[in-house]
Amino acid sequence: MASYIGSATSRVDGRAKVTGEAKYAGEFNVSGLVHGYVVDSPIPKGRIVRIDTSGALGVAGVIDVLTHSNRPTMADKDDAYKDEVAPEKGSPYRPLYDDRIQFTGQPVALVLAEDWETARVAASLVKIEYQKEPHVTDLQAERARAYAIDVPEKPRGDAEKAFASAAISHAAEYSIPTEHHNPMELFASTAIWENGQLTVYDKTQGVQNVQQYLCKVFKLQPNAVRVMSPYMGGGFGAGLRPQYQVVLAVLGANALKRPVRVVLTRAQMYALGYRPASIERLALGASSDGLLESMQHEAIAVTSQFEEFARNDTGWGNLLYKSPNAKFGHKLVKLDLPTSSDMRAPGAATGVYALECAMDELAIALKTDPVQLRLQCYSDRHQGEDLPYTSKQLRECYRQGAEAFGWDKRNAEPRSMRDGSELVGWGMASGVWEALQVPATVRIVLTANGHAEVATAASDIGTGTYTIMAQVAADMLGLPIDNISVKLGDSTLPQCPVEGGSWIASSVCNAIANTARAVRGDLLELAKATKDSPLAGAGVDDVALIDGKIVSKQDAGRAVPIASAMQSGKAERITREEINQPSEDKSHARNVHSAIFAEVKVDEEIGIIRVMRVVKAVAAGRILNPKTAHSQVMGGVVWGIGMALHEETLYDHRFGRVMNANIAEYHVPVNADIHDIKVIFVDEPDEMVNPLGIKGLGEIGIVGVAAAIANAVYHATGKRVRDLPITLDKVIEFV
Amino acid sequence: MTHSGTTKPKGPIAAAPEKIPITLIVNGAEAKLSVAPWTTLLDALRDYLDLTGTKKGCDHGQCGACTVLVDGRRINSCLTLAVMKEGAEVTTVEGLARNGELHPLQQAFIDHDAFQCGYCTSGQICSAAGLIAEGKAKTADEIRELMSGNICRCGAYPNIVAAIQQAMGRS
Amino acid sequence: MIPFQYTRASDVADAIKQIAADPSAKFIAGGTNLLDLIKYDVATPTRLIDISRLPLGNVEETANGGVLIGALVPNTDLAYHPLIEARYPLLSRSILAGASQQLRNMASTGGNLVQRTRCFYFYDATTPCNKREPGSGCSAIDGINRINAILGTSQSCIATHPSDMCVALAVLEAIVHVTGPAGARTIALADFHRLPDNTPQIDTNLEPDEIITAIELPAKGFSTNYSYLKIRDRLSYAFALVSVAAALELDGDTIKEARVALGGVAHKPWRSPAAEVVLRGQRADASTFANAADILLRGARGFGHNDFKIGLARRAIVRTLSQAARGTPQSISDKKIR
Repeated sequence: MASYIGSATSRVDGRAKVTGEAKYAGEFNVSGLVHGYVVDSPIPKGRIVRIDTSGALGVAGVIDVLTHSNRPTMADKDDAYKDEVAPEKGSPYRPLYDDRIQFTGQPVALVLAEDWETARVAASLVKIEYQKEPHVTDLQAERARAYAIDVPEKPRGDAEKAFASAAISHAAEYSIPTEHHNPMELFASTAIWENGQLTVYDKTQGVQNVQQYLCKVFKLQPNAVRVMSPYMGGGFGAGLRPQYQVVLAVLGANALKRPVRVVLTRAQMYALGYRPASIERLALGASSDGLLESMQHEAIAVTSQFEEFARNDTGWGNLLYKSPNAKFGHKLVKLDLPTSSDMRAPGAATGVYALECAMDELAIALKTDPVQLRLQCYSDRHQGEDLPYTSKQLRECYRQGAEAFGWDKRNAEPRSMRDGSELVGWGMASGVWEALQVPATVRIVLTANGHAEVATAASDIGTGTYTIMAQVAADMLGLPIDNISVKLGDSTLPQCPVEGGSWIASSVCNAIANTARAVRGDLLELAKATKDSPLAGAGVDDVALIDGKIVSKQDAGRAVPIASAMQSGKAERITREEINQPSEDKSHARNVHSAIFAEVKVDEEIGIIRVMRVVKAVAAGRILNPKTAHSQVMGGVVWGIGMALHEETLYDHRFGRVMNANIAEYHVPVNADIHDIKVIFVDEPDEMVNPLGIKGLGEIGIVGVAAAIANAVYHATGKRVRDLPITLDKVIEFV
Repeated sequence: MTHSGTTKPKGPIAAAPEKIPITLIVNGAEAKLSVAPWTTLLDALRDYLDLTGTKKGCDHGQCGACTVLVDGRRINSCLTLAVMKEGAEVTTVEGLARNGELHPLQQAFIDHDAFQCGYCTSGQICSAAGLIAEGKAKTADEIRELMSGNICRCGAYPNIVAAIQQAMGRS
Repeated sequence: MIPFQYTRASDVADAIKQIAADPSAKFIAGGTNLLDLIKYDVATPTRLIDISRLPLGNVEETANGGVLIGALVPNTDLAYHPLIEARYPLLSRSILAGASQQLRNMASTGGNLVQRTRCFYFYDATTPCNKREPGSGCSAIDGINRINAILGTSQSCIATHPSDMCVALAVLEAIVHVTGPAGARTIALADFHRLPDNTPQIDTNLEPDEIITAIELPAKGFSTNYSYLKIRDRLSYAFALVSVAAALELDGDTIKEARVALGGVAHKPWRSPAAEVVLRGQRADASTFANAADILLRGARGFGHNDFKIGLARRAIVRTLSQAARGTPQSISDKKIR
């Protein structure tokens, strides 16, 4: 039997998704369901003075209107609202808790009605009077108030002095606007009380995170609450923390003792988390022969007034380039907005964008090919920690990516390449992310009929977790993949953290390996108990499960069918549950790398930018499923194109409001924007990063893409745009 | 300074109008239901007929997740009043497979991994079925343009185009 | 959203009778814009009168060589209609440049004319907007105005008309057929949409109790030398920053007849007779086109974010006229601007 691991397997949940059978959080139509509609604050800061719900309550079909003054009880301590991934510092937002308004779009009332449309009608009749207070929402205007926070990277040498004395230097500021995740599925929760048990269907990337949060917020016993998320219509980080609609759904269910569903509108989703706007200052100094002497990177990013969210924007250069002198800094500005949040490759999407644009500018100053500069500065060690990598095939990414792209045909001179009325630009960049692992537990139930159920409380947010788990389990148990069923998205399943940081594949698959080994041990014991067992004397690691048999690794002729072993031992099922703990070994750095090459065409007069080709070469350890892996990286590239050219949350700071809080004017790429995307997986065996050699792919797809495109736009036009998105009016001077 | 927050209707609110009985032919079967004047076809399918395969992604005609076929044409069901489609034939993603056999587009979407999270998928597939019936798209550029009303945030576009080309080759 | 009643009109006369009897009623045909606005609490009709089943769905040739398009012909059907594709390809291209195929399948010809602006402040019912709430002020003038107008603006409104189809109709000098309590009348497309002045809440010269029954296209279709170029912030499914419809009649290199209109820049499709005068009788080349562009953009004024539209429009006009002159209209699906 060929290995499933490494084979291009179609999604095991594909049929459910193409037939519409897959149910998402807002699609459980239980009987007696009550529909909630959220009324949200039009002002960014102040107090609620008065709420008049009489008009709404007068509408036939309206059951109740919950506000901070009549809601059921909730916890009154910050700790209760701190979820698994909440920022360490600050007081988490408490939905419908009191009269304080902390950001525009904050929920202030929940209308509960017999149907959704009645709730929506009634919501427009809730009258609320506010006492406004002065607000601030503009990062640029408030940057003088930025305060420094600690960064993990220690300074090396004297970066300022080295910069000042460098033969060639480049310093510039790059900026990235606020971006919103905009998963296709609206945030939704359905809360159902039944026989003293609360079941919640929630759009979340972490069912156990939400379950523990709800237990604390509503003072419920852990065994009384079950959170389910069998399918999730896109997360990208938006569903890492419990979102407010789940609190409102439970509040409604508690108040009415009936099942309640709350679905947010697209506009309301702009009051959830977001990628914080950031200003990134890079200063690079090099010797005349193109070796980095100094690297400085400082970021200023947005957080809320009430929590301190920050991710590492600035340390990525330490992973990529040698520089004897380096300095990093991170500052935050508190604004009257919701707390910023993780969004695909948090810190890296922004920080590496700035770093890789700066490297391009330095290459130009040095009159060096940008790939060549990166190879000259290439670091085989993590510069900050002075550690070797478990593996780093980035050189191979540059080589294979450049070859596939045809980089050697590039004329380095800006504006030198064209296609009729269009200027052609070729740009490149590097990408880097962490190969993370978290503790995760997997349960396997093997039944005598040769089927196995593999379960953990992870979520498949579209990444392909169902599929890779089935592949790994099938290989480890020696069963056909059709005999494996995977259970996810249920808080009662074995422990698993939120699906984020690209850590689920490695954490869960290694846990499958551990559990499968335990199952194998049980099977071996059963097999050895049979009379004249051909496996007598074998240890658990002397045998493998192959083609439904327990087989000696030394002699494939010595084998016992799994079914007969279980039958003779009268075992109807074997149930095992094992945890996978991340390695404690701190002797190596664990990272995933990539090289991106992009071709843009820019109309010389009009400025329309078209991304014609992107090649992304990725070194990410073992690729479990080339098909789903390709999709994940390709999707990341599409995100990078959106980040480079389209995405920007537009605030009117006078009102403290998002003015494009929809998916028509918040532009994400559409089909017509996307052309040829080639994904290359560079071979990177790595038995040190974890036993299965898995590094994760969720984030690396986007990292560096915006820089490659920005660099290509420069190469095409000679115009350096340092504030994203690169719109046509920034590229062309329209006099 | 105070600020009056929510929107103000211009006149008094009328008592909720009587629900209106309508008949739709949904996936080949007659469906009788009573809807409010403002019930969209999307909400009628999802909430009244429990056909949740059709998705709500924006409720404003901005994303295409709600695409269904009405009398053979692809439309945004979120901007369609159910009551206005009295008597119409509606095909949703649930109505594409025949006797358990997937529609060629459904199979092609699986073959080409033309989705990740799956939430835009029903709309993409219905939209693609409409596109093939229209017969206007021949080249990849034309498919891309005529599928641009269906946003895929996971970024599966190249695979969606490939899946449609496969299905076109078969039909 | 506020509740509304629903009634169906049995014929055009009934539709007029119903709307005359209820000033807070609105007609609904495709619904793509009206339902969107109702859900955002921007439109608040208390009754919708369904006109979608009225017999206004034909496209037919007129006695004087033109075409009469029923107001309820869906945008897609119009764009792909053999008569339109053959004789008025500019109209086809402009329709297909707008919205998505799903929306075009729903949207009606008449509805396209009366769609409302996409100004962010018009759409956000919590902010001041003179168009939505007369007298409340214009938030866009000092606000986020990238998509707003540069021509024909007033102190009370800088909104644009978002239609692509209407830009082509302006060039084709379409005639809008309407019927009201006083009977039928026609309105030239140029007079159909208004400038905002100090009554931006009134988009068109259609009376509230009138219904659009048809759009008439005169015989001249410019089917050889035409182009529609739409420039936007992504390559499809987005409203125009600037669009240009251009149509020429050439005698060799000499321009016999010329029409140009702009979209995305004003409260109505923007034409300038003077600009067309400087084209007529001249050589079809870039310098002639640039002269016309200067005249078309005379008086243009930006409001900060949209300053670039003036220069962008100038170049787009020249480019579109060049495409028209060459007989190589802008492709809808191939996004390269040639």
